[in-house]
Amino acid sequence: MAEFTLPANSKIKQGKEWPASASGGAPQTFRIYRWTAEDDENPKIDTYTIDTSDCGPMVLDALIKIKTEIDPTLTFRRSCREGICGSCAMNIDGTNTLACTKYISDMKGDVKIYPLPHMKVVKDLVPDLNAAYAQLASIEPWMKTETAAPPDRERLQSPEDRKKLDGLYECILCFCCSTSCPSYWWNGDRYLGPAILLQAYRWIVDSRDEHTGERLDNLEDPFRLYRCHTIMNCSKTCPKGLNPAKAIAEIKKLMVERQY
Amino acid sequence: MNMRTQLGEVRGLGSAKTGTSHFWMQRLTALALIPLTLWFVASLASMGSADYADAVAWVKSPLTSILLLALIAATFHHMQLGLQVIIEDYVHAEGLKIASLIVMKCGSVLLGLAAAFAVLKVAFEG
Repeated sequence: MAEFTLPANSKIKQGKEWPASASGGAPQTFRIYRWTAEDDENPKIDTYTIDTSDCGPMVLDALIKIKTEIDPTLTFRRSCREGICGSCAMNIDGTNTLACTKYISDMKGDVKIYPLPHMKVVKDLVPDLNAAYAQLASIEPWMKTETAAPPDRERLQSPEDRKKLDGLYECILCFCCSTSCPSYWWNGDRYLGPAILLQAYRWIVDSRDEHTGERLDNLEDPFRLYRCHTIMNCSKTCPKGLNPAKAIAEIKKLMVERQY
Repeated sequence: MNMRTQLGEVRGLGSAKTGTSHFWMQRLTALALIPLTLWFVASLASMGSADYADAVAWVKSPLTSILLLALIAATFHHMQLGLQVIIEDYVHAEGLKIASLIVMKCGSVLLGLAAAFAVLKVAFEG
């Protein structure tokens, strides 16, 4: 059966309360999920209070400040700090989003930060995304053609056909959507999830691709595609404002269209 | 110990090449149930003061019998499609999953047949 409670070794305990920084200023408390494989302890919530008047505006700035000034063992992914790499995806105040584009000033009360839900945790806020990357590889996210490209120029695409990729190509594969989806939580081993299905649709709808049918064949499966029950958490949480649920609905429409 | 690659795991047994008819039938039966249910509820509501003989006469009318059979077919087909999804969502042990699906589908067929039989019995015998 699907598990609805955390396993005993995943139950979250109260962690360490780090002393607030002496400078005072504009104090803001962060309650952050901590777990490491290096000891046999359960996950804990550590509490950090920092002076946000001496900090950048984003949650990622606060995490970097905590790591630099208070606790160098705090572990998280980050790279571009401008919402284009997708590395710092995490659950902030109950919503999956990018720490680098989330304003601290938008938070009410203590800021609670957890790793992306229902993924294996490597350490602290770092989820194991290997399975999700393998799912991405399985849909072969590159252009597949039999016809050779013109020798002297790029493959042509009409402006109307190019427009169909808008709202799809912007996906940065942060997996905020997939890890917000209950169906992906229960059946993530077989259901591809919204992030991968949006990528799949990005290639299905590309007018230059010649393997549309095979792509649909690969998705036509009760679990790979049809575990989507239109819950819409994906579209609600996407930090880039994309609509994976619509992309999935478009795939389902094409599945029906090719039957009749 | 599982030494299989992640991609091997994900590709698994491949695509079942099915699921679309399930999805489509669930939508079609849902659409059919909107007018059928409204008609059924409205009909029952308008028979508040009717007696047993009136009810039998209502069911015996050919149009009513046919619509009742359509309502029964759509309801039980839609029901088993939905229950199948719930079982597939939450029951992960393969043996238990298959057993639950078989019991659920057979139960749905029997319930549907019982309901249809009741209508036919009234329609033809009174």
